[in-house]
Amino acid sequence: MDSKLIDLQHITKSFDGELVLDDLNLYIRENEFLTLLGPSGCGKTTTLRILGGFETPDSGRVIFDGADITNLAPNKRQLNTVFQKYALFTHMTIAENIAFGLRIRKKSAQYIKDKISYALKLVNLDGYEDRMPDSLSGGQQQRIAIARAIVNEPKVLLLDEPLGALDLKLRQDMQYELIRLKNELGITFIYVTHDQEEALTMSDTIVVMNQGYIQQIGTPEDIYNEPENAFVADFIGDSNIIDATMIQDELVEILGVKFACVDKGFGTNNPVDVVIRPEDLELMSVPDDISTDSEAYEKLLRRVHKFNAGYLEGVVEHVIFKGVHYEMEVLSRGYEWLVHSTRMFRVGEKVLMTVDPFNIQIMNKPESEDEQAVQMNEM
Amino acid sequence: MKKHNPILNGPYLIWSAAFIVIPLLVIVYYGLTDKNGIFTFENIIKMGTPENLKALLLALLLSLIATAVCLVMAYPLALILVKMKTLATGFIVTIFIIPMWMNSLLRILAWQTLLERNGVINQMLGFLHLPKLYLINTPYAIALGMIYDFLPFMLLPIYNALEKIDPNVVNASYDLGANRFQTFWRVIFPLTMPGVISGITMVFVPALTTFVISDILGGSKVLLIGNVIEQQFTLVGNWNVGSGLSLVLMVFILISVAVMQHYDKETGAGLVI
Repeated sequence: MDSKLIDLQHITKSFDGELVLDDLNLYIRENEFLTLLGPSGCGKTTTLRILGGFETPDSGRVIFDGADITNLAPNKRQLNTVFQKYALFTHMTIAENIAFGLRIRKKSAQYIKDKISYALKLVNLDGYEDRMPDSLSGGQQQRIAIARAIVNEPKVLLLDEPLGALDLKLRQDMQYELIRLKNELGITFIYVTHDQEEALTMSDTIVVMNQGYIQQIGTPEDIYNEPENAFVADFIGDSNIIDATMIQDELVEILGVKFACVDKGFGTNNPVDVVIRPEDLELMSVPDDISTDSEAYEKLLRRVHKFNAGYLEGVVEHVIFKGVHYEMEVLSRGYEWLVHSTRMFRVGEKVLMTVDPFNIQIMNKPESEDEQAVQMNEM
Repeated sequence: MKKHNPILNGPYLIWSAAFIVIPLLVIVYYGLTDKNGIFTFENIIKMGTPENLKALLLALLLSLIATAVCLVMAYPLALILVKMKTLATGFIVTIFIIPMWMNSLLRILAWQTLLERNGVINQMLGFLHLPKLYLINTPYAIALGMIYDFLPFMLLPIYNALEKIDPNVVNASYDLGANRFQTFWRVIFPLTMPGVISGITMVFVPALTTFVISDILGGSKVLLIGNVIEQQFTLVGNWNVGSGLSLVLMVFILISVAVMQHYDKETGAGLVI
């Protein structure tokens, strides 16, 4: 698991003078499900095309299994690609599509026949040998594209937004299908998507990219729970990103209120960004008939103080029902907080809002304005 | 689906009746009757006379040659155009289309001027003290005229078919291990078959029936079936024989179109190798 199968070293690429990848360094281990995630124009597809051999980097090297393949033609590489919008050969039957690579390699007729039926079983489409691609649904065509790639037994399968053209339900089914396939085949998957949910569901490792730079590499849990900067936090799921001041280790001041947190090493009285996921904010209703100096209010506050954390007073501004939870906007000290809760609060209701210290994520502010621009553009 | 008001079909039906169905029926009527309006196969059988048969076979041969040459010239050109940057492509495609906007007669007359006994080419040969060539009034001149006249009709459908191919389909072929040669013959060419078929049809059919090109570049020395039919109407004044020969020619065209569409359905697998 720890050997580097692919090593991208100092890859730089520009199109028409526009820098798409800037000194990209990335290695991919054997058997890994690695996802390149980012908004359009972030360089993820270019990275994949460099791996597939359809683009040559301006500088830098691509090492595959110890050998430099930077300038190797795509038909000589031991990896196969599943293209966006399937790219099936519409003039061939399904069987001929799957057999394409094997016929090029001059495999025996029996070998090809066995491989076709094996691949079709693997993608749950046996019996489709003689159909034409146009007669299949999008999801079925996608699975044929995968079958066509894997019969060649590549060491690595490159997938370029393969589920982008499918509807939501089918996309979710296919996500499970892909995980199952990867486990059955035991090969490396490199997956490109702009859909953060897809990335979180399937990946062993996520590489978040923006504007040709890698923003963060980590497991889905790392990326979601410990985003390294505001771009990652904003791109992965909904979040509240607020300017704050790190008072000292384990204490941060947000909108003038001190909150306990668990992060250390951000200095003292240092400006930072704070990320709080909407589902981590806890709301407590303040009945209208309780005034702030009453005994009942004190009691409420004591309950809020269970974390020994700070709290904010706010008013619910919007409520939307989302199925599993309610999505609310709570106005507090001039900031509109996004809150997810299974309990519903009325619009106009007064609430107290708190957060478990463990769920406050502190991030360094971008050091320069340039860096900030890189992070904030294209969001 | 919304049902269309049948009245809206009216103009189309009237138009096709007036300009397609009725003229066709008139030709069938003339073709199958003699001067007195009595039913006969005489006009059809006239195709079997040695001079008519010779004109038909020559027309078939020349239009096949012209079609083949157009295909061999247009396909590589279309490939180059598709690979080029958009701006230049537009320019070159326009260059190929502009002659189509000019009167076909004018273009063929231009070739006459070039190929004549004392035409531009022979004059240039004279300057170089080379012997004059017999260019005009030969089957070669007619084939040349056909190729020049009909090349755009071959180029455009092939160009359109090539342009429609998703670049990733070509990439997929490379990705699966095919080299350039294999990718062309197994993926690109079969995918452009519909364009090739319509190109072939659009060159072969007008070439087979032409009489203008053979008139001007063939003089009265080389007769194609088109000239024979034309003469029946204009010189001989026998509409019945002219219509009968037209019907036979129409059968040849229908057969060739049917054959083409058959290959098109098989997406060219049978035609390629």
